[in-house]
Amino acid sequence: MTSPKDNQTAKPVCFQDVILRLQSYWAAQGCAVLQPYDMEVGAGTFHPATTLRSLGARPWAAAYVQPSRRPTDGRYGENPNRLQHYYQYQVIIKPSPPNLQELYLGSLAAIGLDPMIHDVRFVEDDWESPTLGAWGLGWEVWCDGMEVSQFTYFQQVGGHDCRPVSGELTYGLERLAMYVLGVEHVMDMPFNPPGSPIPLRYGDVFRQAEREYSRWNFEQADTGMLFQHFKDAEAECDRILTAAETDGAGRRIPMAHPAYDQAIKASHLFNLLDARGVISVTERQAYIGRVRALAKRCADLFVTTEAAGAAGGEAA
Amino acid sequence: MPDLLIELFSEEIPARMQARAREDLKKLVTGGLVEAGLTYRSAGAFSTPRRLALAIEGLTAQSPTTREERKGPRTDAPEAALEGFLRSTGLLREQLEARDDKKGQVWFAVVTKPGRPAAEIVAEVLERAIRDFPWPKSMRWGSGSLRWVRPLHSIICLLSDEAGASVVPLEIDGIRAGNTTRGHRFMAPDEIAVSGFDDYAAKLRRARVMLDPAEREAAIRQEAANLAFARGWEIVPDEGLLTEVAGLVEWPVALMGAIEDRFLSLPPEVLQTSMKEHQKFFSARNPKTGRIEGFVTVANIETADHGETILKGNQRVLAARLSDAAFFWENDLREAKAGMGDWAEGLRSVTFQSKLGSQADRIARIAALAREIAPLVGADADQAEQAARVAKLDLRSAMVGEFPELQGIMGRYYALAAGLPEPVADAARDHYSPLGPSDAVPSAPVSVSVALADKLDTLAGFWAIDEKPTGSKDPFALRRAALGVIRLVLVNGVRANLGRTFAMACPDADAADLLAFFHDRLKVHLRDQGIRHDIIDAVLAMPGNDDLVLLVNRATALSDVLKTEDGTNLLQGLKRAGNILAQAEEKDGVEYSFGADPKFAETDEERSLFAALDKAEPAIREAVRLEDFQAATQGIASLRAPIDAFFEAVQINTDNQITRRNRLNLLSRIREAGRLIADFGRIEG
Repeated sequence: MTSPKDNQTAKPVCFQDVILRLQSYWAAQGCAVLQPYDMEVGAGTFHPATTLRSLGARPWAAAYVQPSRRPTDGRYGENPNRLQHYYQYQVIIKPSPPNLQELYLGSLAAIGLDPMIHDVRFVEDDWESPTLGAWGLGWEVWCDGMEVSQFTYFQQVGGHDCRPVSGELTYGLERLAMYVLGVEHVMDMPFNPPGSPIPLRYGDVFRQAEREYSRWNFEQADTGMLFQHFKDAEAECDRILTAAETDGAGRRIPMAHPAYDQAIKASHLFNLLDARGVISVTERQAYIGRVRALAKRCADLFVTTEAAGAAGGEAA
Repeated sequence: MPDLLIELFSEEIPARMQARAREDLKKLVTGGLVEAGLTYRSAGAFSTPRRLALAIEGLTAQSPTTREERKGPRTDAPEAALEGFLRSTGLLREQLEARDDKKGQVWFAVVTKPGRPAAEIVAEVLERAIRDFPWPKSMRWGSGSLRWVRPLHSIICLLSDEAGASVVPLEIDGIRAGNTTRGHRFMAPDEIAVSGFDDYAAKLRRARVMLDPAEREAAIRQEAANLAFARGWEIVPDEGLLTEVAGLVEWPVALMGAIEDRFLSLPPEVLQTSMKEHQKFFSARNPKTGRIEGFVTVANIETADHGETILKGNQRVLAARLSDAAFFWENDLREAKAGMGDWAEGLRSVTFQSKLGSQADRIARIAALAREIAPLVGADADQAEQAARVAKLDLRSAMVGEFPELQGIMGRYYALAAGLPEPVADAARDHYSPLGPSDAVPSAPVSVSVALADKLDTLAGFWAIDEKPTGSKDPFALRRAALGVIRLVLVNGVRANLGRTFAMACPDADAADLLAFFHDRLKVHLRDQGIRHDIIDAVLAMPGNDDLVLLVNRATALSDVLKTEDGTNLLQGLKRAGNILAQAEEKDGVEYSFGADPKFAETDEERSLFAALDKAEPAIREAVRLEDFQAATQGIASLRAPIDAFFEAVQINTDNQITRRNRLNLLSRIREAGRLIADFGRIEG
């Protein structure tokens, strides 16, 4: 067991410092440090590096920052803790290693949370994503009474049993960094080191965008267009999934990833419609069910591919 | 006699599952050992967030040898029969004995099963216990297929006696049992080898783990009380929270803090709920102000700075949480003062149940029904209707959205803020009650009328759409609602015919079927109060059985009188009269119901029975009219002696048909007197 103390250095001084330390920590643990997925998603879990790669038998280890959008959480940049656009740090390792808890605690130490003077606790919290047809068991991790991460052993994704099981860690970066840096309002948090030639705070980077997106999300987004785009994404996803797996040259190339992009799109469009308040309580479940149906079919297709470890994958 | 120590060391077990898991581990292991022929003196199960442990003392070292004799086929039976017998016993022909039997010579087999060492049995039993463990939710991890509540890391399985300790050889999915564990995750993470339970518990304590959850609970209770006392505060007791918190720590360290002044004007229920639900804090009350002014949080670690960093962090989180709560409270109050119109409007788009419409539809029905019920419970009809219209509006408030368990409690605050009268506000808080068999029953008339209307609307509505509880499935808690109605009616002495209220609530509901459901619930309720089901059946057969107060008064009086000697003898007399009559009526094809005349009486006993009935009948009738069932049952009990004497001296079926008919008609007067009170034929004994 690695003692979390080994990693202790001076405390981080700014937001990007926290991110950089997590990057180098997980890189040192052997994770492939990926970049964010280039689509609008509600959480790091939606990145295909987690959703799709947690399926099938092939070992996998990745870490990345994922910008996440939750339109209903927008507060025009005024709330100290809530944002419609924020960052998650995501770690996914398959199969989950036996010392994953220790590895995780090491990452807290790496960002300056010494478990010998803080109270770090694993409190039951089962994770479920109705839109992804996924669930797992684990905890929310508390540091001095604050939830700093979600820790999950995936049991099912896209309706498929996870064999082997992936271990997933999700850090809410703004909240975690605010705690480490002792900042009360997210917009006041130093983004780069305060001693930089041009010191920038989180608000300097994002306040304007938060205000604008809050207005658009809640007041302006064209709901007729969003409904149409939802239908389009759903239809395109279906079309991709039902297309012949063999291309013109006789190669088997199933298109799980492009199809999954459309499922992600549908999911985000649903979130926007939800923020506009045009989806009733009863319709909600139906929309979530439609996205889930897409995600499941993408998962069904992905598990037949080589990336999922299916025998013979592309050659078959 | 060896002792057995088992520890299953895992990642953090959810607090709410630990108590059940201790019981299950104990039951599965001791049950398996006993089934395999071992005995033990005592067993105790323990848990912390990271371990489940079982200590068994005085286990027998091996199971006893058993010897079983089995009788086989006759010695001259066909070869095939003998072969079958050998197969079933696992013996060879020369191991059989030929013995003389009644029918000739017969083969006997003596099957001896040698005893097995405890270690072998323990290994089998523990493996089965782990594989079959009934966790409410379990999981796989890594590449394995074993299921446990969270990843299982190590197993101690150790038999020890005077000679020393030995590990029971056992391996489950790559986890080999041993004699080592680990202490506190941060304060003592190294491996510890143990030699038996006492050594295990002592070494864990040194490694900052309190094994026994009861000890952790006691320590938290004590530390929290001490901290509060030092500030002149007192801890608001919360046993459920105490158990949960004790299941979240291996080494409890209580820390106390004060709530910032700016939050002290929040309702105490809000402070308490927010601190409990979000942060698992205990609330501390200042007895001088009556307000909740502080909290106790329980950490899992002793730190160099004596918890200062931890407390500061918790304070910060609390301030953020309470800022949210204060924001909700202020916004809600603004809406409440504006009359709550937006909330009422909002409930139109909240579906209660797809066939039963929106919450707003439901509220309209409850309001109409509360108005009808008001006169039955002595409530002002306008107030009852008004209360029903506002009682559920808080469901749209931000605070109840955040803390659903504050429904009703917030409703009262908001109703008061809206300037509504106290009884209306109280009804908003109390109309959900009683929620369980031990929950208090409202008694204020307006509250009672809304509480009844709420539950009756739900019951009649679900009956109308045929969504009744079946077996263990009762997703809409209709049994609880019916019991709630029963308790509201009985505790408040509400005189109402349920059949009529069902019709008022929903004309489409099958009222007879719903009433039968109520009668079943009532039986359960009365059985808990010591009234037998057959007595309830006897009174259910009487008219007016949808008036629960009447029904229960009857049943109680009857139950009381049947506990006396007069009562049991009377019951025999009434039953005897009933049986003789029934036989005679079947034989003669007539009903004996009229015309007994004292002038045909031949004996003194007959004449005394006539006299006694002449006296008792009007008294019973009057008592029943006045619903004084105690007097009524006493009236009928007064017939015991004359009835006994009559049966002693008189033979009913004489040859003289006039005398016989007269006596049968006299018996029918006894039967009729009984029927004024209950259908005694349904009572057992």
